[in-house]
Amino acid sequence: MGKTLFDKVWDAHVVDTIDNGPQILYIDKHLIHEVTSPQAFNELEERNIPVFRPDQIVATADHNTPTINQHLPIKDELSRKQLEQLSENCKKNNITLYELGHKYNGIVHVMAPELGITQPGMTIVCGDSHTSTHGAFGTIAFGIGTSQVAQVFASQCLLLTKPKSLRVSVNGKLKNGVLPKDVILYIISKIGTNAGTGFFCEYAGDVFENMSMEGRMTVCNMSIEMGARGGMIAPDETTFEYVKGRKFAPKGEAFDKKVVYWKTLPTDNNAVFDKEYHFDAEDIEPMLTYGTNPGMGIKISEFIPETSDASFEKALDYMNFKKGETLIDKPINFVFIGSCTNSRIEDFRIAANYIKGKQKADNVTAWLVPGSKQVEAQIIEEGLKAIFDDAGFELRQPGCSACLAMNDDKIPQGEYCVSTSNRNFEGRQGQGARTILASPLMAAATAVEGKIIDITKQLN
Amino acid sequence: MEKFKTLTATAIPLDIENVDTDQIIPARFLKVTNRDGFGQNLFRDWRFQKDGSVNTNFVLNQPQFDGPILVAGDNFGCGSSREHAAWALTDYGFKVIVSSFFADIFKGNALNNGLLPVQVSPEFLKELMTTIQADPRTKITVDLEAQTIGVDGSNHSEAFEIDAYKKTCMINGYDDIDYLLSKKETIEAFEKTLQAY
Repeated sequence: MGKTLFDKVWDAHVVDTIDNGPQILYIDKHLIHEVTSPQAFNELEERNIPVFRPDQIVATADHNTPTINQHLPIKDELSRKQLEQLSENCKKNNITLYELGHKYNGIVHVMAPELGITQPGMTIVCGDSHTSTHGAFGTIAFGIGTSQVAQVFASQCLLLTKPKSLRVSVNGKLKNGVLPKDVILYIISKIGTNAGTGFFCEYAGDVFENMSMEGRMTVCNMSIEMGARGGMIAPDETTFEYVKGRKFAPKGEAFDKKVVYWKTLPTDNNAVFDKEYHFDAEDIEPMLTYGTNPGMGIKISEFIPETSDASFEKALDYMNFKKGETLIDKPINFVFIGSCTNSRIEDFRIAANYIKGKQKADNVTAWLVPGSKQVEAQIIEEGLKAIFDDAGFELRQPGCSACLAMNDDKIPQGEYCVSTSNRNFEGRQGQGARTILASPLMAAATAVEGKIIDITKQLN
Repeated sequence: MEKFKTLTATAIPLDIENVDTDQIIPARFLKVTNRDGFGQNLFRDWRFQKDGSVNTNFVLNQPQFDGPILVAGDNFGCGSSREHAAWALTDYGFKVIVSSFFADIFKGNALNNGLLPVQVSPEFLKELMTTIQADPRTKITVDLEAQTIGVDGSNHSEAFEIDAYKKTCMINGYDDIDYLLSKKETIEAFEKTLQAY
């Protein structure tokens, strides 16, 4: 029987196997940030254990950083202390840190790929569930808890049981106005938020083959929202082209040698998956969520389902939506374009392309938060900032921002926010805030119209 | 890590599905750098109204229910990887979470903190939930060595699965770091053979 992409990368990293137990998996890169690392550093210190491979760790500050006036001291004392703690821990342990204001600072899942830290065939972990993003490169990448952060600090390894394999194939031609975000929201709406639990997912089919690396990252990013620890896409010429020439990518002959290896990684034709789903690209439309988990999504042309179930009704009650209604024409006062799902340059190009020559609706507060300092610089360099400024949008500084509202970027109680982020949980974007997940195009259109519209009517 | 063998106690029924880690501990409480005191903010936005007053409709605030066992709806612990969720539950006093399905990362985090996730069938979960709701003094026994969970004074019980290695860790209070450090030489030898990376 052939091997899957996942098998090949996993098997290459197994150090040892415990009888009737988990395996010891070697981790190539460990990414850390301010929120889930301090307790792990404390634990090592308390137990007098040194950091085993500091050169394989890269740190950034992102979750708890302000998105305005980053050059000034942080006002919130707890946030400031948490960032100071990260700097101190990295310094003490010789770990590379791209702190606030550094030209490489950014959301961990945006900055690592753009610096070429993320490469095909690697194992990458981070104390953040959206680490699945890096799977876009044909990488085994997944989120871990803080105890596991400490384990990787101590040994560069984790004890894990190999997950089962799942493949989601989408073939055909995507309709006008359907973006990678819509593809993944569609998949989750079809299979549910726990269909992937216990599995590692591979996305296959020509829809993903034809996607840019930015699009693939958006898709893999949300693998965890269907319960899968990670999602992967086979590396190909698009991947190699993206990695080539980046700061930490191998250079010259070393790069060519890697490419030869990377080309051996795609799933063998005779490999068998534990579970498979197939979808038709033509069935996908721009998507929106109406509830309080990412699986509660509908196509723009659809109505909220008429399900009778306590959890479903609790969610609709929270959102103040009714069964059987459409989301079209719902007035919206907040729009957020950002997060590790959709804050890469391509996302802002899409938004700018739509916004150009239009004006933001007066009722809307629209925050555009780039994923990294490099994305921010590119937005300015490509003239996108001028488009956003002219249209009344606010371009802020990089960070996780209103995706989880740990900093001051909170959506007020009861307000709807059309958001390009990844989670519409109760209170995720602020206490009582109501999140509607969508693509950057849908978000931009909402900001211009001041309400949700059927974007396909404008495009066709 | 605390050892866990068996527990007989009353339980709290949280009859809600897809309880995500943002509900267990909202992100705004993750700004601290230690792992203590998260219990006071466990389920913060369900336990308290926005004005800080107690939400008496929420099960954790109903005096008839108490105990170190939380019986929760399907797909418990989905969402973020924050281990703060497990810390909040243990700090509040929970030792066992029962559900018909657990999200992966949460399950691992719980096991790494001596908090036992017990996965039962949807039917048994429903039965537990209604039994406890009808009589909050109902005692539940969780026996890790035998891998069973049952309602005291009745013949309602079920076996549950747990990874053999993790079971040993829970019973003896070991954690993964101890084991990994004991394998350091093997890990170093592996690094030398790692051609690809």
